[in-house]
Amino acid sequence: MRIVGGGGGILLGVLAPGVVWAGQPLPWQIGLQPAASPVMEDVVALHGYVLIVIIGVACLVMGLLGFVIWRFNARRNPTPATWCHHTLLEIVWTVVPVLILTAIAVPSFRLLYRQDHIPPADLTLKVEGHQWYWSYAYPDLGISFDANMVETDQLQAGEPRLLTADAPVVVPVGQVVRVQLTADDVLHSWAVPALGVRTDTVPGRLNESWFQVKEPGLYYGFCAELCGVRHAYMPIVVRAVPEEAFKAWVQERKVAQNPSPQHGNPPLFEISALDPESDPSLMEDCHRVKGEKPFGPPEANDGCVYFPPPYVLPPAEAPRMMPGG
Amino acid sequence: MSAHAAEQDHRPAGWRRWLLSTNHKDIGTLYLVLSVTAGVVGAAISFLIRAELQQPGMQFLENQEQFYNVLVTAHGVIMVFFVVMPALIGGFGNWFVPLMIGAPDMAFPRLNNISFWLLAAALVLLVASANIDQGPGTGWTVYPPLSTSGHPGAGVDFAILALHLAGASSVLGAINFITTILNMRAPNLTMMRLPLFVWSMLLTSLLLVLAIPILAGALTMLLTDRNFGTTFFNPAGGGDPVFYQHLFWFFGHPEVYIMILPAFGIVSHVVATFSRKPIFGHKGMIYAMMAIAVIGFMVWAHHMFTVGMNVTGRVYFTAATLVIAVPTGVKIFSWIATLWGGSIQLRVPLLWALGFIFLFTVGGVTGVVLANGGLSVALHDSYYVVAHFHYVLSLGAVFAMFAGFYYWIGKMTGRPYPEGLGRLHFWLTFIGVNLTFFPMHFMGLAGMQRRVPDYPDAFAGWNQVASTGAWISVASVLVFLVVLWRIFSARERVAANPWGEGATTLEWTVPSPAPFHTFTHQPVIEASPAPHWLNDGA
Repeated sequence: MRIVGGGGGILLGVLAPGVVWAGQPLPWQIGLQPAASPVMEDVVALHGYVLIVIIGVACLVMGLLGFVIWRFNARRNPTPATWCHHTLLEIVWTVVPVLILTAIAVPSFRLLYRQDHIPPADLTLKVEGHQWYWSYAYPDLGISFDANMVETDQLQAGEPRLLTADAPVVVPVGQVVRVQLTADDVLHSWAVPALGVRTDTVPGRLNESWFQVKEPGLYYGFCAELCGVRHAYMPIVVRAVPEEAFKAWVQERKVAQNPSPQHGNPPLFEISALDPESDPSLMEDCHRVKGEKPFGPPEANDGCVYFPPPYVLPPAEAPRMMPGG
Repeated sequence: MSAHAAEQDHRPAGWRRWLLSTNHKDIGTLYLVLSVTAGVVGAAISFLIRAELQQPGMQFLENQEQFYNVLVTAHGVIMVFFVVMPALIGGFGNWFVPLMIGAPDMAFPRLNNISFWLLAAALVLLVASANIDQGPGTGWTVYPPLSTSGHPGAGVDFAILALHLAGASSVLGAINFITTILNMRAPNLTMMRLPLFVWSMLLTSLLLVLAIPILAGALTMLLTDRNFGTTFFNPAGGGDPVFYQHLFWFFGHPEVYIMILPAFGIVSHVVATFSRKPIFGHKGMIYAMMAIAVIGFMVWAHHMFTVGMNVTGRVYFTAATLVIAVPTGVKIFSWIATLWGGSIQLRVPLLWALGFIFLFTVGGVTGVVLANGGLSVALHDSYYVVAHFHYVLSLGAVFAMFAGFYYWIGKMTGRPYPEGLGRLHFWLTFIGVNLTFFPMHFMGLAGMQRRVPDYPDAFAGWNQVASTGAWISVASVLVFLVVLWRIFSARERVAANPWGEGATTLEWTVPSPAPFHTFTHQPVIEASPAPHWLNDGA
């Protein structure tokens, strides 16, 4: 399932001078990774704010506990009080937390709506989770490839272990990237902490997320949903480059892809599931008429609209339908 | 005294006493024995996990990632269903609910027997599951498609059947508790006068009766998806994997309150006893637990913020989840107010209860962070979540279990616990678990995901610290085993009420150890004044 020709590796070398940012964990780090996208900036801000509140609450409780242990221990206070009610106190410790939580909820809701609202996208990235690698596609650019983990003994100097994929997702800096995610076997989750993206890839569903990288650099991620034996070995590398470098990469990638249409993707569904005769447009647009060309996997993202969409399992594997189902 | 003579009537001998038991105290003891046994196994598994994670790279599970996943799954299922629930509900609940309400036994003694033995059978199935085919490497959540098409072996079927039996056991036990508490209270022991542990057991039982059938339904659909060609959770046949998650967490979230409510009850009793004051705001505590029980059913999808839920759903589940902090805060502050003005004796049970209050607060406030759906892109399925739920369960529920153990062991065995060793046990555990779980907040924030046997090298430092904490916890488990040995080999005996005037509930009015039969004659509770565990005419 390796990508053709190791183009990713070559590219890493070519683009290396542009790297100014490394979105990855550091030894002894105790906080969130620095924000590299607008959404993550908001996440970092909200987390910092809530963190102050909760540290205050925890210190208050710890202080009160320490005080009562010191002040009301049996030696210092041999006779216990008998009161067990204080209506005003009970109202206060109900109402004050409500106010604090409201003060958390308002910015929290704002963040949720902001994450949900995807600005007009400059680029669409399709992500498909597999056991145990990622497939990527840029539908508008006709690019698609798989990304596997680089094993420890094949790492180049400076490449982090378990975080290095053999093909980075290259995106232009400053552009809005819409991410569409699905999976073809079990659940996975596409998570890149510094970009504030973490969305499950679910078989049979198409999820959507977005990011906009502020600075050129390498941003590392991983699969965040238990997906079986090699769950820990599904790294993600997002490489943000200036627009010119991105265009160069697109050209290089297209050239690398063209010599062989077989780019390693297993067929997602049998082409025979489509019926060109009942749908002439399929025949016309997709130059896949029987007899002209052998059947095989579709040219991924060749601009055709396929039905069923690729995230539906091949009919050959589809179990019998339930009565009434 | 005829009543005294009757205390040992019809007491079977030998294996019949245990296998055929219908006595609430014997069944409670069986539950506690099962819990301690499973607890040692579950703890051993967690030490294996920490050993593997001590350093980056694979330590001793090279090319055995599936076995690591099986360990993670077994650790979760064992701790939830075979350690915490049997101890808090089956163990302390069976022992002390009848004693606290002045009833001679549970309402359905034979049902009580089958409840326990179903759980024992479930444990056998679970242990078997790990050894069949590649075992269940699905996590305790058993999410499809990993648990269906991702695991063709029969190990997962065994695990599902284990959960089924454990669920049936819990529902039968819960029905028994509800009936007992509603129908067998001593005269004048009105609902609002019930001790808080009894209230916590009532609410936990209601949650069980309402939540477990949802789990049973989901598990049954998993079984038929796996074995009979249905497609409830398979998109190829019109099903949906996310549907399973909704069903699971509709059970799973109440489940965490099922585990923590009895802990609240125990802590209330221990705090009141050792500050020699009735609990502050008895009614407020009851209402707070009711609120937690109700809201607990309305927040399930906060476990699913990243599945692609629509934004309105995420806003609702964020809001509802934040609300839970209010009744929880009421309980924390009421415990502190109980201590305030008290005459505090820092005995071992109170140490554990104070540890509970503080550590549960830490776990609670990180819950407030996680409640924010917007932060899920940074924290969902990260080690921050692992830290959070171990603070509320491993440091919360487990601390309450030990508080209850040291509080009631004299009543159950008639023998004292060793005070010094008990303190050593507390401090070793306190230091060990904090060292283990606090750094996990840092790992999670920096971006370490859950359920991985290996991690990027940057996480090496904090993982080393966490594993060091685990080795201290190993020592604390060994100390606990020594404590057990010292208790059962002790020659001294404790009085009916070893704690003095602070211990006011009815279990302290019967001898220690509690005789085989208690309250064969109804205890007398006056209409006025109120019982001593209340402060006024509530």
